[in-house]
Amino acid sequence: MSYPRLVWRGLFFRMRELSVSRWFLLLCFLQPVIFATIAFYMFKAGGRSGTLLYAALGAGMMGIWSSTLFGSGGALQWNRWQGTLELLVAAPAPFVVVLLPLTLATSLTGAYSLAATLVWGRLLFAVPLHFVHPLLFALAIPAAVLSLGLMGLLMASSFVLYRHANALSNLLEYPVWVATGLLFPISLLPGWVRPVSWLLAPRWGIDAIRHAALGGDAAFPIAMCVATGAAYLALATAFLGLFERAARARATLSLT
Amino acid sequence: MRTNLRIFFVGGVIAYRGLFNWIRPHIYIPTMLGSPLFQIVFFTDLGRYSHAGNGDAFFIVGNAVQVCGMSCVYGMTMAVANERWFGTLGPLLATPANRLAVFLGRGVPVFANGLLVSLFGFGVGAALLHFRPPAHSLPALLLVVCLTTVSCTSFGMVLGSIGLASKDFFFVANLAYFLMLLFCGVNIPLSVLPGWMSAIGRCLPLTHGIAAARRIASGGGLRSVSGLLWTELAVAAAYAAAGYLAFRVLEHASRRSAVLDAL
Repeated sequence: MSYPRLVWRGLFFRMRELSVSRWFLLLCFLQPVIFATIAFYMFKAGGRSGTLLYAALGAGMMGIWSSTLFGSGGALQWNRWQGTLELLVAAPAPFVVVLLPLTLATSLTGAYSLAATLVWGRLLFAVPLHFVHPLLFALAIPAAVLSLGLMGLLMASSFVLYRHANALSNLLEYPVWVATGLLFPISLLPGWVRPVSWLLAPRWGIDAIRHAALGGDAAFPIAMCVATGAAYLALATAFLGLFERAARARATLSLT
Repeated sequence: MRTNLRIFFVGGVIAYRGLFNWIRPHIYIPTMLGSPLFQIVFFTDLGRYSHAGNGDAFFIVGNAVQVCGMSCVYGMTMAVANERWFGTLGPLLATPANRLAVFLGRGVPVFANGLLVSLFGFGVGAALLHFRPPAHSLPALLLVVCLTTVSCTSFGMVLGSIGLASKDFFFVANLAYFLMLLFCGVNIPLSVLPGWMSAIGRCLPLTHGIAAARRIASGGGLRSVSGLLWTELAVAAAYAAAGYLAFRVLEHASRRSAVLDAL
């Protein structure tokens, strides 16, 4: 099977699997809508109703991050528990190509949350859906989703060395929401947070989407989505190589 | 009486250790302490940007009290519902043990853990966000947090009982936790919410406790919040009763239909 076909079939299979998971229903629809509603009311309470589209986009990106974090961070663990990890590693295709669709599917499923928060905001809070650069907006979303999916690949390959990846996922949800300025500007945070945010795909993803929607230079953050995505892919490939070697040396995929 | 007390305390602790089984330091710290820490920072920063509350204290107190739900909602749900998932519900229901002691005993360690998480939340507020309540108000604040944690534990009992009959009790627990952030005045003043939402919020745990904690943290005395505290206590009693009733109803239903802990 060719690699593109493998990725496509894997993506299709995993998307279908996630679409019937109530956990992902919570992560991709209910949680972002609840957080968007909280943000809408907070902005209304503070007299900042002009920022409702800003909040809707941020809450949507929060959902993409949550879906990627929990789905990709635990991708190898889930396969390990289900007893399919050995089969995936033993497949003739490189392991990174087998794993890639699993993590891309989580960020792609997460993209539903962006649609959910925009529709929710429009219907209940009359959020105006006027995008300054509609074409760039249409380009920014796949760029953001792709970069988050590749970040998920990096997480999947590195979390495998930590036996309790789920706990790590619980920990990392809020810090990335904070550090990447999804609902408030990074300028509110201490100066050292800014360089940290440069390494995180959600930062460039939300910048690309917001600049395309609200005005500003969207081309640079879209390019950064591609650049960070490429870096994640290279690192993930290296980590997965180490993981495979360690698993072969210890003759166990559980690495315990 | 002595047996019931033993079931209440010892049984509660053993059940907690057995059913809330993942609670080890390398999981406890990121989940029970790390996540609340960043939740408080996140909402305080969002509050600063949105100007929704009257200063940082509004968000620090609201979230520091609400994070007790990490233990009370998830812990209590697991401490009851996992009996079914671990296959121990049948043997438990076959014992002649007093059901009230069995059921309420599970709440004691959950309450203690919830209190610890909440106090840690206040510590985060003091250490990272310069939260400085008047020193004389600290005992009253502790009392309010204790009472609110009891109320949230009672709410967890209801969810745990529902979990005995539902396959997706984690889904329910997660949804409940997030909805509490929305409805209970944790980050949004109740006056800003539509009437139906604030009405729901007033029927939930946390809402009155958080309001009381805010008033005390700003220098008010216990007497000024007595109405709120009695209401929170009534909410706690109502949820504990509802949880216990649901537990007994499900027990009788499973005996009648002979499907004890069938998945």
